[in-house]
Amino acid sequence: MSQKVGYPDYMKELIKKVEETRERRLEETFRRLKPEEKEELLRKWHPDYRPEGKRPLKIGPSRGLKVPHEVADLIEAYPLINPDEIDLSKVDYEADILIIGGGGAAASAALWANNSGIPAENILIATKLRFGDANTKMAQGGIQAADRPEDSPTRHFIDIMGGGHFANDPELVKALVRDAPFIIKWLEDMGVMFDKDEEGNMMELSGGGTSRRRLHACKDYTGLEIMRVLMDEVWNRGIRILEFSPAVELLTDENGERVTGAVLWNLETKEYYIARGKAVILATGGFGRLHIQNFPTTNHYGATMDGVVMAYRVGAKLRDLDSTQYHPTGAAYPEQIVGLLITEKCRGLGAQLVNIDGEQFIYPLEARDVVASAIIRECYGRDKGIVTPTGMRGVWLDMPMIEIIHGEGTIKRYLAAINRMFTRFGIDPTKEPVLVFPTLHYMNGGICINVNAQVLNGEGNPIKGFFAAGETTGGVHGKNRLMGNSLLEVTVYGRRAGISAAKYVKNSEYGKISLNHVKRYEKMLIEAGIPRKRKAPMLLPEYRGEKVLSRAISLFPI
Amino acid sequence: MGEHVKNVKMVKIYIMGKEYEVPEGLTIMKAMEYAGYRFIRGIGCRGGFCGACSTIYRMKNDYRLYTGLACQTTVQDGMYLVQIPFTPAEKPKYNVDELKPTGTTILSIFPEIARCVACNACTKACPQNLQVMDAIQAIKRGDLAKAAELCFDCISCGLCTIRCPAEIIHYHAFQLVRRLYGKYIAKKAKHLEERVKEILQGKYDEELEKLAKMTIDEWKKLYEERDIEK
Repeated sequence: MSQKVGYPDYMKELIKKVEETRERRLEETFRRLKPEEKEELLRKWHPDYRPEGKRPLKIGPSRGLKVPHEVADLIEAYPLINPDEIDLSKVDYEADILIIGGGGAAASAALWANNSGIPAENILIATKLRFGDANTKMAQGGIQAADRPEDSPTRHFIDIMGGGHFANDPELVKALVRDAPFIIKWLEDMGVMFDKDEEGNMMELSGGGTSRRRLHACKDYTGLEIMRVLMDEVWNRGIRILEFSPAVELLTDENGERVTGAVLWNLETKEYYIARGKAVILATGGFGRLHIQNFPTTNHYGATMDGVVMAYRVGAKLRDLDSTQYHPTGAAYPEQIVGLLITEKCRGLGAQLVNIDGEQFIYPLEARDVVASAIIRECYGRDKGIVTPTGMRGVWLDMPMIEIIHGEGTIKRYLAAINRMFTRFGIDPTKEPVLVFPTLHYMNGGICINVNAQVLNGEGNPIKGFFAAGETTGGVHGKNRLMGNSLLEVTVYGRRAGISAAKYVKNSEYGKISLNHVKRYEKMLIEAGIPRKRKAPMLLPEYRGEKVLSRAISLFPI
Repeated sequence: MGEHVKNVKMVKIYIMGKEYEVPEGLTIMKAMEYAGYRFIRGIGCRGGFCGACSTIYRMKNDYRLYTGLACQTTVQDGMYLVQIPFTPAEKPKYNVDELKPTGTTILSIFPEIARCVACNACTKACPQNLQVMDAIQAIKRGDLAKAAELCFDCISCGLCTIRCPAEIIHYHAFQLVRRLYGKYIAKKAKHLEERVKEILQGKYDEELEKLAKMTIDEWKKLYEERDIEK
């Protein structure tokens, strides 16, 4: 049943300017910025550089680390559960390896734990929503791996370090680029349908900040395709899955030196479960749903950073949470899809960013933070943005260029998701540009790990029995992730976590379980004068209407 | 974020028969949240990729039953709607390494496909506008390449499966089709295999080791001097 919106007349008028300059722009390459120009642009316009948006953490192993207020409010927060009311004498679930989270990192960890000799029935995945409800599925553009003769893992390494402003952990980056081709091969062997030419060669594109074409894609459903194959394989092997049961707290031995399980909470029946694992792998993802600095987000409903909150209470060190990734091209019109991702692949295929005068203002494939800053400057510094009927500003992404450069039908074939998203609302991206503005996309930082995916404490030593992988961790991407390296990270480090945890459990028994670390953390919170009403993890964001919330009361006794 | 809608025209919708006034222009998902629902089921990515928010609805004076994703469909005045939070369907287990990429393989695991009466109810129900029935027919013909192409954009929302009179579980069958195509029918990437071999032989180890130990200034220099492929 169609309910097409399309562009209002005044926007159609403005689009004529884009059309007028298109032919000229096809020949035009906007110059790349020099390092000092990039720095200046970031400093003036990137949301991360607004000092009022952050504050230093008051307690814990990363005390002093400046993080967004939204993050600090969750880290400096009291537990949802009262440790004294939880009965630890009855264990509901037991598994050699307990995996918390249900996305690409969790699935990869489960499969590789199984490949490493842990029987499927001894692996338990506990996740907040459905298995597979994660940002992995929403990744569109691709996955990086240096597998063409013109390319090399060393080039991939340098691209990542530069993109991350050289703040990355070089050991983690080294492992990432070295494992990358193997991971693509693994996925290919499981049946992932990568875009290939008739000879079987991967069709690879450039992404922002990559010096070689190395993005492997499955149309613009790359994450969906990878995730559903991983899920299919997890199901086929009979690995245990517990859905709608997020972890609300980790369990440790009496001294808090080893992670031994988790308290899960059934979202539907509201009961808690005690789950014990000889090893625990945290793969809970990032924080898009915190809407840092009020930005809309590309992230899935459950992206609330629960893992970082729980790990910090155990004593894990955090890093690079001062930097947040705003994807340059979130949808800015129509209102129904504001903030949703428009893949960088569009720019990889030649679509330029254009202002209200129909002119370019940035090289389209600079790294993400640079492009996002340039768009914000164009809209708010130079007043060259386009204002939507609801007052939002944006710039044009000139999609029809893709059809001109690569031939008619390219968008429908290789950007099926984007094409579908806009045609649903009466906009034809093969003929019309789309309006974009930066959107909150990725948690660059997170929990510190080593190359074996072991979680590190404040002294940089591994916490026993505790592993983490994916967006919940930091270090791989430094201060800014490049396109196509998150799908790579979840598979590379998910695999490493699965292998490491399997090795760990072969020589260990179940540990004692306690919530002593939570009690200790509570004490620190009280001493630091943290307001009592602040609770975490968040589990799910709150989007109910204001009127409802102002009158909602709870009447059922528990 | 919460909806901060002011001076906006309101429309009436009926959530499982109960009337609510919501601002026009919202998606079904945001309208239900505005009305006071806090989702646990029937929600996932909020962006049209995960198939969690299948919704069916009817309009005033219209006998037809429509389908859509709550996160991608705008509310309309007089909409009667309900979400389908789950499709009961068992996923058969198989080992892809032991299967042959043929239509027979798929029919042996999903025999109900043979019962397809070509009614096209699946295609009509698909919120992705896929040619679902054509994909099923391609499987019956043994044309897995065609089937894989037709079903590639499937998000496993299950609406086709709910509507199918032959009780086919399309999305699970499609998953197998795509894996068989990707694994056996699509040609392997030789350059990939080559690179994996080189890495295993340690071709890049020394250089990577050296790179990882460099100073920031050395990295910066390499980064600024690197040539960029068009």
